[in-house]
Amino acid sequence: MTALAHRLSPEPEAPRAPPVLFVSGLAKRFGARQILRDVTFEARPGEVTALIGANGTGKSTLLRSIVRLVEPDAGTVTVLDQEVRGLDRKALKAFRSRVGFVFQKHNLVGRLSVLTNVIHGVQARMSGPRTWHHALAPAAIRDEAMACLAAVGLADRALQRADSLSGGQSQRVAIARMLMQRPELVLADEPDASLDPRAGRALMELLYSLAHDKGLALVVISHRIEHTLAFSDRIVGLADGIVTLELDSRVAHAEQLRAFFERPPAETDRDTANHG
Amino acid sequence: MAETSAPARWERPNALAFTMLVVVLAFILWSFSSVGLSWERMVRGIPALGSMLERMFPPDLERLPRILEQLLVTFQMALVGCILGLILAFPIAVLAAEGLSPHPVLKHASRALIALFRTVPDLVWALLFVIAVGLGPAAGVMAIMVDKIGFAGRFFAEAMEEADKGPQEALSTIGATRTGLIFSAVVPLALPSFVATSLFSLEKAVRGSVILGLVGAGGIGVELKVAFDLFDYDTACTIILAIFALVIAVEQVSNVIRKRLI
Ligand SMILES: Nc1ncnc2c1ncn2[C@@H]1O[C@H](COP(=O)(O)OP(=O)(O)OP(=O)(O)O)[C@@H](O)[C@H]1O
Ligand SMILES: [Mg+2]
Repeated sequence: MTALAHRLSPEPEAPRAPPVLFVSGLAKRFGARQILRDVTFEARPGEVTALIGANGTGKSTLLRSIVRLVEPDAGTVTVLDQEVRGLDRKALKAFRSRVGFVFQKHNLVGRLSVLTNVIHGVQARMSGPRTWHHALAPAAIRDEAMACLAAVGLADRALQRADSLSGGQSQRVAIARMLMQRPELVLADEPDASLDPRAGRALMELLYSLAHDKGLALVVISHRIEHTLAFSDRIVGLADGIVTLELDSRVAHAEQLRAFFERPPAETDRDTANHG
Repeated sequence: MAETSAPARWERPNALAFTMLVVVLAFILWSFSSVGLSWERMVRGIPALGSMLERMFPPDLERLPRILEQLLVTFQMALVGCILGLILAFPIAVLAAEGLSPHPVLKHASRALIALFRTVPDLVWALLFVIAVGLGPAAGVMAIMVDKIGFAGRFFAEAMEEADKGPQEALSTIGATRTGLIFSAVVPLALPSFVATSLFSLEKAVRGSVILGLVGAGGIGVELKVAFDLFDYDTACTIILAIFALVIAVEQVSNVIRKRLI
């Protein structure tokens, strides 16, 4: 099955940091449909790994499996030397709090201020009323939240209500909230999907520079080929439940990615037909 | 071709539905006949009503100070009972809300409690509390409290269940505790509904507290009952007008607050 895989990874100039995330042999089926068969890939600190694939190939399922929002059937997920599939409930919760998630939907609490929404991110490591609202938060937390807002360029909007922001601004506030978690691994599922071309591009650029500046391992799904090429270090393509494409973004070009999407889906369809 | 023709206008009723319809109609007709409503009695009642109205006007203002004092007590009863009820309704609603309740047993227990508090009328609670704590406003306060736990508990729980799940999921993947989730996302999202329910509870409590006096649970209702018992219709008229003014005033203020906050 690796016959389809293009493996083009030129030698990097500097030795790369050890992976933060290592996924190996991951499999997941929903009912009769085998969505993920045997997925193996890794993500390293300060690097952006772009995950591409047609609709329904299981990219979101893969991201969700990493933090066990979806329970994988087989394979291993190792994050920061922790075997994720072996964690008990409490350890899993602690683990999840160290992983930043960015969704297509920003999921802010609209009625609350931008600053309060960002402060909520601190609930990854603290609890109690001081984490519920900016007015109750200690100075150190408020300062950290302001720094996170500054990192996404929205420090001047701190007291504005979250539901008064544009889509791109909301997504950036969600990223500031995610930074407040102090994550080492960030998983972003189509963060640019509901944004206009300019806001989407700015957002991907922001994520890319945050990953590089802060040494975060970022895995990002995007359906926009130009974003994938411009704002990633490595590209991993998913088809038929396996990784069929692995590219270095510096040498990848749009034609390769288009060709990847043109390839007709094979095995997944047969599966569906059998049990439809 | 047959597939494109319009469907029948009416669905053919099945036998069971038709039987049930007939039974319901028969029951409704029977109900009309058994409550003793007749034109004759209604017509005959008009002069009696007329003479009572005649004796009601002009309203007797002699006891106005006492009436206003009792009106204030009534309002205070409603306010205190309502506040206590709302405060207790919140934790019970959290326990009863799908997705927030820590355990199914707790969920069902608090739902049962809310249902009990809601379905037994406040007048019955007042009777029970008059026996338990004696005549006076304390019994009224407790009756209102219990009634409001039932009313607000249900609507608080519904509001929290309907709150947008997105922010809640985001917070729970961050690692927020259940309490963190409730106070950071659920409560802010459900707040407009909480405010509306609370204001409506207060309006309901004010109206309800008037009646509670009739069974001795304090407030202006006691005065009203005494006035009617003594055929003192012009004083009763003053009381009714005073109640009317209070209820309208509370509803107006509540409307203003509602508009401001929501
Ligand atoms: N909880 C679930 N139960 C059953 N089927 C599911 C579930 N989640 C996802 N699926 C199915 O798994 C397949 C993969 O879904 P997934 O959302 O991972 O795809 P995707 O690659 O993210 O697609 P898209 O590009 O449209 O976001 C889809 O066919 C979807 O219907
Ligand atoms: Mg998806």
